[in-house]
Amino acid sequence: MNIITKTIAATSLASAMLMSTANAQDVKLGSITIHHPWIKQPVPGAVAAAYATIENTGKDDDTLLKVAVEGVAIAQIHDMKMQGDVMKMDELKDGLAIPAGKTVELKPKSFHIMLINATTTFKPGQEVKGTFTFAKAGAVDISFEVESGRPEMGGMKMNGMKMN
Amino acid sequence: MANTKSLRMTLWTVVALCAAIFAYAYFVGGAKNLVGADFGAPFKLSATTGGEVDSTSLKGAPYGMFFGFTHCPEVCPTTLNDMSVAMKELGEPAKNFRLFFITVDPDRDTQEVMRDYISNFDPRIVGLIPTDNELQKVAHDFHIYYKKVATSDGGYTMDHTATLFLFGADGKLKSTLGYDEDKAEQLTKLKKLLAG
Repeated sequence: MNIITKTIAATSLASAMLMSTANAQDVKLGSITIHHPWIKQPVPGAVAAAYATIENTGKDDDTLLKVAVEGVAIAQIHDMKMQGDVMKMDELKDGLAIPAGKTVELKPKSFHIMLINATTTFKPGQEVKGTFTFAKAGAVDISFEVESGRPEMGGMKMNGMKMN
Repeated sequence: MANTKSLRMTLWTVVALCAAIFAYAYFVGGAKNLVGADFGAPFKLSATTGGEVDSTSLKGAPYGMFFGFTHCPEVCPTTLNDMSVAMKELGEPAKNFRLFFITVDPDRDTQEVMRDYISNFDPRIVGLIPTDNELQKVAHDFHIYYKKVATSDGGYTMDHTATLFLFGADGKLKSTLGYDEDKAEQLTKLKKLLAG
């Protein structure tokens, strides 16, 4: 029951987030739209992660092949999941599938872009330039916003809070 | 005839339900089942506070244990941040609480790396750096899974158990905090632990 309630809450928050984030940072490239690219402010010196919501309104499946972020040596597409008590991380070496007509969320506790060896410190409000490269749609420049959030609440809930 | 058949069906349904409940409790309940049982084993590990932490000297105040690594983008900093916030929120009763963050990546997490990392959090959080052999033993004793996962840049990340273990002043396991667990629920467990 609890899980169902949580799922409903998470889903409604996620859709609230989608609605609330249709802002100037959204980028459209053919049938691909990238909503709300953001970087979670990391603990100083630690690895940062970037997120976005990718929508494919087209009839063809696409794949996010690679990501480049300014001031970051390596940006990898990872999948994080909890298997029971264990946190598992996998690099998606063949990219992240963005199926036709679907929206894929890169968010805490899920798909994310891991930013390795950053030469910049990510400060809240900072704009960080980057590029998403898709197999079919091609490359598109985007701008991530660094968000501090309240880490104890998780990124998604934080976005929900903002609307209140 | 029909009655026997339906009775049999009912009984089998009950058996299936019991099996399902048991499986759920076993797998989803996970480490919670270990509460109350003798859990872990004594350890003596190099600490970011200098010298070694000897687990046998920890009795007298409740403490927590969490395994992770500093190159961890999410679970570890989130957990340590959450705990820093929680300790402040809990105030006076948490004064003598300590949280030990044990690295499962001693190859990269040297004393210096760990000290820098830990300095971002509440000073009651202490980093412990086992050697490879010590890590094998402590991970086994505390039922911790950890595994290196290679990445395309020639580096690696780590899969690891993300459960935080809470021990009472008597050194016995009292409860666990899961990464996906509700924050309010976690706070309740911490309050209960600190109340003794």
